[in-house]
Amino acid sequence: MQVTVSVNGEEHARDVEPRLLLVHFLRDELGKTGTHWGCDTSNCGTCVVLMDGEPVKSCTLLTATAAGHEITTVEGLERDGVLDPVQQGFHEEHGLQCGFCTPGMMLTARALLNENPDPTDGEIREAISGQICRCTGYATIVRSIRWAAEHPAEAAEEVAG
Amino acid sequence: MQVPAPFEYERATSVEHALDLLARLGPDARLLAGGHSLLPMMKLRLATPEHLVDIDALAEELGYIREEGGEVRIGAMTRHRAILESELLGRRLAIFTDAERVIADPVVRNRGTIGGALCQADPAEDLSAVCAAVDAHVVIRGQGGERVVGMREFHRGAYETAVDDGEMVTEIRVALHAEAGSAYEKVERRVGDWAVAAAGAAVRLEGGAIAQAGIALAAVGSEVTSPDAEQALVGNAPSEELFEEAGRLAAAATDPVTDQRGSAEYKRHVAGELTRRALRRATARALREES
Repeated sequence: MQVTVSVNGEEHARDVEPRLLLVHFLRDELGKTGTHWGCDTSNCGTCVVLMDGEPVKSCTLLTATAAGHEITTVEGLERDGVLDPVQQGFHEEHGLQCGFCTPGMMLTARALLNENPDPTDGEIREAISGQICRCTGYATIVRSIRWAAEHPAEAAEEVAG
Repeated sequence: MQVPAPFEYERATSVEHALDLLARLGPDARLLAGGHSLLPMMKLRLATPEHLVDIDALAEELGYIREEGGEVRIGAMTRHRAILESELLGRRLAIFTDAERVIADPVVRNRGTIGGALCQADPAEDLSAVCAAVDAHVVIRGQGGERVVGMREFHRGAYETAVDDGEMVTEIRVALHAEAGSAYEKVERRVGDWAVAAAGAAVRLEGGAIAQAGIALAAVGSEVTSPDAEQALVGNAPSEELFEEAGRLAAAATDPVTDQRGSAEYKRHVAGELTRRALRRATARALREES
């Protein structure tokens, strides 16, 4: 079937099987491998992308369904060479070890900060509770998101409003 | 890699359109709502529909929570997150808020819908127990018109509901009462896991006694409600002893299986204890001692 999916503000038209999941569309059709593919069972959350600004698990979403919505992947966080404060926060506070969960964590963080610019540590932990860091680096992830909250940039407001 | 078996895809743009598609495509068609129950089942080949009718575009038409005619009406495409954040439900039917805090995880709650959850009728699924406890009624629409069935008739056992081929759930209705309270208690091993056991309770008080009671359990067998426990409550003044007796009766009627989440004996114990706690909170809410 013919689908047109808007990813990071750009329309992509492809002929795909109806059963193609969004995570595979992003990685295999568009080459956007920043979105990671993990458990396949909507548990681990590494495949999280934003759909109309809300975090969703792209392993449990048909490409065909996504066609009616605006998708933001981790590639869409940086603008004109300037990192999103969330990305900068993960850099400053060592928010990643192996990096596998990082794209999903950062997108959920961006959505959280768009709605709640000054979250408590408890609110941050709740927001990322559907995502697993197998390095168990949660403390630094929470600190990274706090860093981003304390260093908002104008660029951040433009991302997936 | 887990992917669903091949299927033909259709996208419905209204309830009428969805019903037309279901009628035309026949019994091998399934509706796709939020997809967080059906797609995992399709990946495991436990469901292999030939046609999927995607009703994502009905999220607006069937996405609402409102008070009308002494009832709360919840559109079938209302997502878990909207139920969790509903001020109306938090104030009048807090059992929904309790349950939604522990259903799946925040990201899954952005997609999953109440209609999808009820139609999946998984024995470990929370909203079936919630809706049974508060004696919700489900609006089922087909091309021939609408019918409204009580949860006890709607839920026919594991993965089976009263929804026939060519029909869809459009709304869930819950009557509002004065002096009423409800609560949900669940034990899970970690965020996003299925319940070890869970219990929902709803009570309506009248002149200091329980006039109406609903008890429903999740993950401890295919029976959702506990008629024995409900009967023991009605007509009596709420007390710790009464709640303990209701918990004992509810636990005795369960049929849990031993698995990685615990032994059958443990789950039965948890079901009884959670019933007692849910009754305690539901009653405190009815008496406005707790929000």
